[in-house]
Amino acid sequence: MANKAYQKVYTKLEGITKATVSLRAAGVSNDELAVVGGRLAQVVRTKGDMVTLQVFSGTEGIPSNAEVCFLGEPPTLKVSEHLSGRFFDAYGHPIDGGPEIDGELRQIGGPSVNPYKRRQPSQLIPTGIAGIDLNNTLVSGQKIPFFADPDQPYNQVMADVALRADVDKIILGGMGLSNDDYLFFRHSFESAGALDKIICFINTTENPPVERLLIPDMALTAAEYFAVDKNEKVLVLLTDMTLYADALSIVSNRMDQIPSKDSMPGSLYSDLAKIYEKAVQLPTEGSITIIAVTTLNDGDITHAIPDNTGYITEGQLFLRADTDTGKVIIDPFRSLSRLKQLVQNKKTREDHSQVMNASVRLYADAQNAKTKLENGFDLSDYDHRCLAYAKDYARELLAIDVNISITEMLDTAWKLFAKHFTPAETGIKQTLIDKYWNGD
Amino acid sequence: MKTRGIVTGIVSNLVTVQVDGPVAENEICYIDLAGVKMMAEVIKVSGRNASVQVFESTRGLKNGDKVEFEGRMLEVTLGPGLLSSVYDGLQNDLTTMEGVFLKRGEYTKALNHEKLWDFTPLAKAGDKVIAADWLGEVKEGWLPHKIMVPFSFKGEYTVKSVKEAGQYNVDETIAVLVNEEGEDVPVTMTQKWPVKLAVKGYKEKPRPQKIMETGVRVIDTLNPIAEGGTGFIPGPFGCGKTVLQHAIAKQGDADVIVMAACGERANEVVEIFTEFPELIDPHTGRHLMERTTIICNTSNMPVAAREASVYTAMTICEYYRAMGLKCLLLADSTSRWAQALREMSNRMEELPGADAFPVDLSAIISNFYSRAGMVVLNNGKTGAVTFIGTVSPAGGNLKEPVTESTKKAARCFYALEQARADQKRYPAVNPIDSYSKYLEYPEIIEYLDKTIEKGWVDKVLNAKNIIRRGKESMEQINILGDDGVPMSYHVIYWKSELLDFTILQQDGFDPVDSLCPLERQKYMLDLVLEICGKDYEFEDYEQCRSFFKDIINDLKQMNYSEFHSEKFEEYLEKVKKLTDNGK
Repeated sequence: MANKAYQKVYTKLEGITKATVSLRAAGVSNDELAVVGGRLAQVVRTKGDMVTLQVFSGTEGIPSNAEVCFLGEPPTLKVSEHLSGRFFDAYGHPIDGGPEIDGELRQIGGPSVNPYKRRQPSQLIPTGIAGIDLNNTLVSGQKIPFFADPDQPYNQVMADVALRADVDKIILGGMGLSNDDYLFFRHSFESAGALDKIICFINTTENPPVERLLIPDMALTAAEYFAVDKNEKVLVLLTDMTLYADALSIVSNRMDQIPSKDSMPGSLYSDLAKIYEKAVQLPTEGSITIIAVTTLNDGDITHAIPDNTGYITEGQLFLRADTDTGKVIIDPFRSLSRLKQLVQNKKTREDHSQVMNASVRLYADAQNAKTKLENGFDLSDYDHRCLAYAKDYARELLAIDVNISITEMLDTAWKLFAKHFTPAETGIKQTLIDKYWNGD
Repeated sequence: MKTRGIVTGIVSNLVTVQVDGPVAENEICYIDLAGVKMMAEVIKVSGRNASVQVFESTRGLKNGDKVEFEGRMLEVTLGPGLLSSVYDGLQNDLTTMEGVFLKRGEYTKALNHEKLWDFTPLAKAGDKVIAADWLGEVKEGWLPHKIMVPFSFKGEYTVKSVKEAGQYNVDETIAVLVNEEGEDVPVTMTQKWPVKLAVKGYKEKPRPQKIMETGVRVIDTLNPIAEGGTGFIPGPFGCGKTVLQHAIAKQGDADVIVMAACGERANEVVEIFTEFPELIDPHTGRHLMERTTIICNTSNMPVAAREASVYTAMTICEYYRAMGLKCLLLADSTSRWAQALREMSNRMEELPGADAFPVDLSAIISNFYSRAGMVVLNNGKTGAVTFIGTVSPAGGNLKEPVTESTKKAARCFYALEQARADQKRYPAVNPIDSYSKYLEYPEIIEYLDKTIEKGWVDKVLNAKNIIRRGKESMEQINILGDDGVPMSYHVIYWKSELLDFTILQQDGFDPVDSLCPLERQKYMLDLVLEICGKDYEFEDYEQCRSFFKDIINDLKQMNYSEFHSEKFEEYLEKVKKLTDNGK
């Protein structure tokens, strides 16, 4: 597409910033791609005959007489079955040494699904991790991020979740991924023998930050091809969305836009929603589920990025280090899956929601006991039992290295209840106590 | 002659158009993008340049593309068939669109033009009528849908003829009026109205006279909202804003409910599509969907249409209000609408106000809230639009422009609180910060005196006071330790917990507890206040705690049981026995 006949070439840039260039040109359409001094760029503003382009790989070394030619269309991706098993950069070019993909050319960042044509999500996605399956059950068609500090092993957890989930395709969109993490993903997909259902769009920390803006749309265009055209269950992994938002703020800053909270662009909510709302359960079997990562600054969820994300996504999974057991756990208080009630007790055992509530409530009692202990007040017998329970609960259920079926999780919880409490203390419905209480 | 123009600048969905004739603020135009007509609205005019916000993606638009101005503002079509419809923010029927994806420039009709309605005339030849007067009536589901003299008609008209009772579609002329110049004006069952203008056509807008029952105790008992009143629900994510709004939508005592999903999750709207057709309206026994209109502009749909969606919803409510009906408008969330305003203001490079919101945000919000209210129609009947909006404050901090502006405009404030949500105390409405100004209205006090009992408001204030004192005691206990405070502090604290667990908290997912009629609310409040009014003797705080915990448990079981059922009375007996010793 870069060598159309009779292409007009411009050679006079009127302005250059770190992320954008502007020049006088005619007949340019909004969102259209261009090549500036050999680098890919996109039209973000026209004003009279003045056109502003965002240069994805940055403008370092671009001279004011650089050659600019317009390509006449927005960014596209070639979609076909051949995408499977392949690794691409932000522009959709292979980075695995394989051939270019043949297929139908599709514009990325396409239209939204008519909300009336959606179906209510209803299929459980088991992950083996009790902090997710038991307390925050995932459902296909859901969008949910991990909220984690940068030192948490969120990419490992996400790779585990992806490989255990029963889906037809896994599409990874890596933004600002460290090279080590990129190789980690590649290695774990390879060693799991799952390469044939993986597609990766990768922007590493070595690549320019503005390129990241293309990654989610690339990944989701591929996802829509498999979900809509092929009726497949697709899981999209996006890591790290905080770096994506940072790239947004760089561009808006260079375009002299007035920043809103935390120097983020005023359109952050809409920009993020456009991505996350691609998660969908289609009337056919096809679905797109999005699991993302939003890294936090010292657990601060009031920052504009996690805050806007929380308003868009259907819950969040909060990773934190548990000091009692030395393990990383999924925090049962700050995590939430908004769609869990669509599958709990319906696709899982009848005691699921009651066991979940009881186990979290007792864990909360343990936290109160801990506070009492720290403030130097005396502990009751119940407090001591709560503390002992909390340790077991964190180790055997909340820790991210757990990998058991949901039925086993429920049985483990009943075992812990019987070990530390009386039936009445759990507050569970009598009929369930009669059936599942394990007094031995 | 229509004004025409050409595109001269594009930033995202803000397009600058050079025009060849007059344009009006808020005028609608269509931009021609390779044959696709995209709707847009004028938001600023300077010289020959008009800035327009486009209700679609502007991808592929070029400078030089043609624009045609319509000479009208953004309008909705009003007529029978609005109820149980699902529209986008511009009133396109989402159910009749083809394909899974929304197509740019695809606009569908708001009403079914083939369907025949059973028409009964109400006016007769010779009658003098003005705008909003009733000419006839059709049955829309179970609601009498009045066919009115269009709101836009100015001056007095004389009815020349009205169609006799029979079946007609919405396009047929059902009446002919004669204006003051002696010209015939035909009237159909439909009319159009620009959404940004408030529908007038009523005699007066008195102060609210009664409360609107929602079946939610923390609203009806403690902070009641008036029929024709305004309220808002701010809260961080995960605190149950949407669950509370859905509860109000399901149970609110209103004839018509319009829900505007404004910039929120699509799956939440899907939940309404899936659940509402199954649910029964507790007041009429009819399907909920029959009285509900959904305006759905989810967060991934074009930003500019978000703003339009709340106005579209309000106009539909005002239309039904003019028929003498009680309407309830729920908008989730008004923050997304404010953010849409911010995006546009930003792109126009206006000087920003606080948090980069436009400086007139406060004025826009209060202007919108002022469209709610109870009205007396020209024929003396009354109608009402009650409006409850949610606000999504950034970072959960209520000191932000949208919350502050809304607080000035709305009369009820239901503050959802993270701490309560964390403790699973739902609905997580903070009992101390929340308020209803209507409890201070003499008209409302009188109404409550008459319908519930004399002195009801004093009881409510007493309950609020118990909660406030309980909070103070709890703070002291936390500082000084359980043993460091006198026994009375524990008693005060536990009395407030009793109120909290049995009156404030309500299980929105329990079939019985989720809907609590006023009569039952009064019964429970009386019972709880009676228990709180007594003095009890305890040896230590452990005994105090377990005493109140037992009562709480039994009272909760009462909440879960059918009113005055055998089980209900059984638990009541238990409570009575437990509290007998009190003085």
